[in-house]
Amino acid sequence: MEVKINVNGRVITDSVDADMLLMDFLRKHGCYSVKCGCETTNCGLCTVLMDDVPVLSCSVLAARAAGHKIMTLEGLQEEAKEFIGFIANQGAEQCGFCNPGFIVNTIALLRENPNPTDDEIRAFLVGNLCRCSGYDGQLRGIRDFLNFRNSRKE
Amino acid sequence: MAERNFKVVGKGHRKKDSEQLLLGKPLFVDDITTGQGTLVVKLLRSPHPNAIVEDINTAVAKKLPGIVAVYTWQDVPQERFAIAGQTYPEPSPYDRLILDRHVRFVGDPVAIIAGETEKAVDAAMKVIKVKYEVLEPVLDYHTAKDNPVLVHPEDNWKASLPVGGDNKRNMVAAEEHTHGDVDAVFATCDHIIEHKFHIRAVQQTMMETFRAYTEIDRYGRLHVISSTQIVFHLRRILSHALGIPKSKIRTEKPRIGGGFGAKQTAVNEVYPAFVTWMTKRPAKIIYSRKECQICGSPRHEMEVSVRLGAMQDGTIRGIHVYTLSNSGAYGEHGPTTVHLSGTKPIPLYTGNLEAYRFNTEVVYTNLQAAGAYRGYGAPQGIFAVESCVNELAEKIGMDPTEIRLKNMVREGMIMHAYYGETCNACALDRCMERAKELFKWDEKYPVRDMGNGKVRTAGVAMAMQGSCISNLDVGSATLKLSDDGTYNLIHGAADMGTGSDTILAQMVAECMDCEPDDVAVLSADTDYSPYDSGSYASSTTYITGKATELACEKLKKEICHVAAGMLGCDEEEMEFAGKEVKRIGTDQSVSLKDISYKLQLNSNDSGTVTVSHSSPVSPPPYMVGMVEIELDKLTGKVDILNYQSVVDCGTVINPKLARIQTEGGIAQGIGMALMENVTYVNGKPLEESFMQYKIPSRQDVGVLRTEFEQSYEPTGPFGAKSIGEVVINTPAPALAHAIYRATGTWFRDLPILPEHIVFGKQPFYDKD
Repeated sequence: MEVKINVNGRVITDSVDADMLLMDFLRKHGCYSVKCGCETTNCGLCTVLMDDVPVLSCSVLAARAAGHKIMTLEGLQEEAKEFIGFIANQGAEQCGFCNPGFIVNTIALLRENPNPTDDEIRAFLVGNLCRCSGYDGQLRGIRDFLNFRNSRKE
Repeated sequence: MAERNFKVVGKGHRKKDSEQLLLGKPLFVDDITTGQGTLVVKLLRSPHPNAIVEDINTAVAKKLPGIVAVYTWQDVPQERFAIAGQTYPEPSPYDRLILDRHVRFVGDPVAIIAGETEKAVDAAMKVIKVKYEVLEPVLDYHTAKDNPVLVHPEDNWKASLPVGGDNKRNMVAAEEHTHGDVDAVFATCDHIIEHKFHIRAVQQTMMETFRAYTEIDRYGRLHVISSTQIVFHLRRILSHALGIPKSKIRTEKPRIGGGFGAKQTAVNEVYPAFVTWMTKRPAKIIYSRKECQICGSPRHEMEVSVRLGAMQDGTIRGIHVYTLSNSGAYGEHGPTTVHLSGTKPIPLYTGNLEAYRFNTEVVYTNLQAAGAYRGYGAPQGIFAVESCVNELAEKIGMDPTEIRLKNMVREGMIMHAYYGETCNACALDRCMERAKELFKWDEKYPVRDMGNGKVRTAGVAMAMQGSCISNLDVGSATLKLSDDGTYNLIHGAADMGTGSDTILAQMVAECMDCEPDDVAVLSADTDYSPYDSGSYASSTTYITGKATELACEKLKKEICHVAAGMLGCDEEEMEFAGKEVKRIGTDQSVSLKDISYKLQLNSNDSGTVTVSHSSPVSPPPYMVGMVEIELDKLTGKVDILNYQSVVDCGTVINPKLARIQTEGGIAQGIGMALMENVTYVNGKPLEESFMQYKIPSRQDVGVLRTEFEQSYEPTGPFGAKSIGEVVINTPAPALAHAIYRATGTWFRDLPILPEHIVFGKQPFYDKD
């Protein structure tokens, strides 16, 4: 079937099989930031924004995304650049394979709740698994960014 | 500790690849091999733990549209090989074929299917008809040795080294080490603590699953791009497996999405390589998470029996460790992992140790083959011995930190249980004192009833590991002076996310008096890189780092030589000074930039040096871990409140990256202790996905606190030792200790699950 999906502000028209996953559609169209870490919606690596809401693109059919607005990390570079330096300062990116899902979901978190507590950060990002960092460095990075941003506002 | 003033070493530089990674750029195998016409490779797998393929019919599958090739055991070379990434000749037995008529675990491959699309391959897989002769399997590793059922009955099984393996007895390896008369020591001890510990297999679960891409390059050679820690071993393994010369193979790694030792084994590269070699077409295999779970390369399940002899005053005089290790269906890393279950925990107590015995047996079973996982065999042995030490402390009423301070290894001691090496650099005593202070041990250790069915208390453990495999591992660095007076560092170790490329660049910057940004790093590629054993055994900082340091010294000499030629003086008159080379005692100098241009003009000098390095010793890093828990007595749930690590990895090259190494290792150790498990029913693995196999989330690890107590290792680069593996060893014994404090029950099997805590027993507990 033919679908039109708005990916990072550009409408892509393509013929897809009914069982094609959004994740595979996005990678097919050059969004290589979208990663697969499991097949069971447990790892969060494939997180993208669908109409500004974070979804796991491994559990959304490409056909379901027809007519919707999808943002991957490729389309969120400027927003990501605001805070990734703080993650890098902790060395908490490590292997980087889980980074895109983690960064996209952090963007979703900070849009929804610009000043989250540590527990709110842990709860919002709990579905984003990381095997390298032990998580605390990612938390410290986000906290440093928030402190920096808040100090700038004052 | 010797005080050293470094400019770049010891600073928390960002990883050189951090921005690219954090912005999700295409850096991994599947992102950079997106060309048209790449064949999708998948494997049909055995549903039986032990069977012979009587007949396999692929005729229909081969005719399906989009199917390019289907291979079975009849199509592959019949010379056995090992897929463990180890220096040749490997201790691991040569017990594999690309496809074998005899399938030995649920998931062992039966056919390779290559097609134009995933859909075509999936369809073909469904129509391959296999008739099996189903055999009795060996599923319990306690009964494997001398079992009438043989996992490897074949006559062309081969052990390259005499490690005690015998396929006609289901034995992968066996060894024994002793020092002193341990039985005589035990006979005169006041207390003997004697227990059996059972440690389940656990999966590395690196976020990027096993994957490899293969193609024929422009010279007709096999070009492999793999997510691997071992590019050079991989080249040799493929050469053995395919029966083609190494000169016909080039292997490289891009960025790697985590390894943790899993990718120290060539788990799936042979399959696309075989397809490409046969069809001359590009091919790619990407393991599903399920395949990683059922036919990956997990930690060896081990049963560790400990006897520990001590006096009433807490003096630990003798230790006996016997380890039975379950290698599964193939012997990758079987002979070597088990070795660490004794050589890491026992020397921690060198202080008063009069005698020890350490013996092992490693057996084949019809289960998923085990392999290398961060810590190798150390976490299993350290869990067992540290638990016994904690039990001894509780039994004689001595503070468990005091009993360790009384018995621990200290600088200058000879470690008989560690190859007779002298402990040159050790801050373990300072680690313990500092941890007690930071953690507030005296406040946290007592059991505190919170009044809501929950209790809080604490546990402690210490650990060591090695830095490289002594007299064996080789690391190399090629250092080039580049056009504009900057440098290229080319090496063969594998940065699997740890930041080793960055810390090696820091070392160059320290030596050459420049910034890490002035050092471009390339690794790892068998055509370009100088030889490196690969990134495992905690060797990269210590071995490849030392090679890098030595390469810098050599390049400085070369640069001075070129500069002397330019000034028409003797090279002894020249002094390297960062951006320029000065002629001593004059105001003459030559800039690096001019020197680099000189190398391109009528030059007989290359401005390039290569240095290889190996070490006769493997200096241990040390650490202390303390955990505070809140345990719910009603549900058995254990919440980790905070985890204090104090680590001695020698000089800390990059404190931020060393800290993340520590915290990542602690989190994995917590998973191993409290949740992760690999279990089977009739040989079928149960934890096939992240639905069943739970790794810690960010709500499961508590607050991680990390400090360093530096020592100075004279044989390491800038005094550094390793960090990568030691950090996974303390959570299991520290948590078991805290759980004992909270419940009064010692749990000796991992993982310790809530239901074990509520019922006060574990599946293997009664066998003790």
